[in-house]
Amino acid sequence: MNWLIRTFSSSIGKKQIMAVTGLGFSSFVLIHLLGNLTIYQGREAFLSYVEKLHSLGGLVTLAELGLVVFALLHIGLGLILFVQNLQARPVRYAVKKRAGGRTIGSITAPYTGFLILVFIIVHLLKFRLVDKAATDDFIILSNTFTQVGYVFFYILGVIVVAVHVSHGFWSGFQTIGLNHPKYMPLVQQLGMLFSVLLGAGFASIPLYLFTTL
Amino acid sequence: MTETTLNLKLKVWRQKNPEDKGHFETYQAERISTDMSFLEMLDVVNEKLILDGKEPIAFEHDCREGICGSCGAVVNGLAHGPQKGTTLCQLHMRHFKDGQTLVIEPFRAKAFPVLKDLVVDRSALERIIEAGGYISVNTGSAPEANNLPVPPQNSELSMDAAACIGCGACVAACPNASAMLFVGAKISHLVLLPQGKPEAARRALSLLRKMDELGFGNCSNERECEAVCPKEISISNIARFNREFIKASFGSTEE
Ligand code: HEM
Ligand code: FES
Repeated sequence: MNWLIRTFSSSIGKKQIMAVTGLGFSSFVLIHLLGNLTIYQGREAFLSYVEKLHSLGGLVTLAELGLVVFALLHIGLGLILFVQNLQARPVRYAVKKRAGGRTIGSITAPYTGFLILVFIIVHLLKFRLVDKAATDDFIILSNTFTQVGYVFFYILGVIVVAVHVSHGFWSGFQTIGLNHPKYMPLVQQLGMLFSVLLGAGFASIPLYLFTTL
Repeated sequence: MTETTLNLKLKVWRQKNPEDKGHFETYQAERISTDMSFLEMLDVVNEKLILDGKEPIAFEHDCREGICGSCGAVVNGLAHGPQKGTTLCQLHMRHFKDGQTLVIEPFRAKAFPVLKDLVVDRSALERIIEAGGYISVNTGSAPEANNLPVPPQNSELSMDAAACIGCGACVAACPNASAMLFVGAKISHLVLLPQGKPEAARRALSLLRKMDELGFGNCSNERECEAVCPKEISISNIARFNREFIKASFGSTEE
């Protein structure tokens, strides 16, 4: 097992885990978004989606456990990489200029990552870790998104996620070695499209509830 | 092109030795011909410094034709200056404007300690090559050319990677001071040819480990390396290195 430890403690090894967990999150948020969009078919449709999801029982618990493990890995290693990268240049440049490679998404990745963590904690406290015996998810949602503060918080939160993914998506492909002249431009465009749709899709829900309720 | 002259203000990093804290010093570069290279401009400034009885600015150079990889500094925040695909020695002064201020700093990385002024110790790159960036199998005498098929696209890609002159600009430009483009180029240049394949797995792992050990940062795909590389080496070489790492870790007996 020594080889396994050596593999994943190396710089590329850690990046492999970042990429796999990050792309895993990307698939998760896509499914999460598609599910949430049922709200546009009305309260009944949304609640029946929630019910169907929960009827999966153990599978949902398993997926949640997986997400927690992925999150611990992604956050923990992200932090280690961030600190190591700072240490790799103890004396900074007096003048910094972008040579053309960096993007808003890539420059801010560690910081947007941290903000996502804050967002996820609030999000879980608000919607997941609450007693739902006397209420249902639609009521919680509508109570939350009739408050203008939460509407803003959520919209900002999903924009931050979108910015993180605008770099993360193609970066993850590059890290696991999937860079080829045939499809890399497509991966990069897909990443941009994905992050815009993600941001717009998630942001639309609080806006919709706020304006229609 | 007609020759004109420029007057420039230089802010140059001066550091006596590795222990010295270092500081910026301001100099005037006067009547610099636009036909000069950046290093020739520094020569002019140094001649004046010597005449004035001062210590000239130390910088590295050798071929001055963009092939040896000795030169390099960060000019106004860009490794090898503002011209794409160009080493500092091949950068002409016509790319600057009269009256401009140029801030000239050494390549900065923990793995590249400053020796003096603009001269940094880049032997860390040699240490990486020594760890296995070569072919040690006996390939015998020159074989019959057609016995060893090499697809032309592979030889092209290998040659593109072999264009790396080891100047270290990729490390200097990387926000994380990572050496992934350099190592990716070395890995690619060898693994794309039949002679490089037998040792591919061992090479990928030992170069990676040496690179980590020497204190380079981790690649976060910022692509600044590719943008400043005087040989315009592509980050697809980094992806190839990532693939070779996966193959070596999970598909070979190397530990
Ligand atoms: C708790 C929240 C998060 C934190 C703290 C975080 C942190 C980070 C950091 C620091 C990096 C850069 C690592 C590096 O290249 O050195 C990164 C990359 C990445 N993140 Fe996140 N992230 C978070 C959530 C997410 C989410 C929700 C997604 C997807 C929807 C995601 C997808 C990615 C991807 C795909 C990468 C690129 C991996 C690579 O370059 O190989 N992250 N993250
Ligand atoms: S001095 Fe040889 S590459 Fe610049």
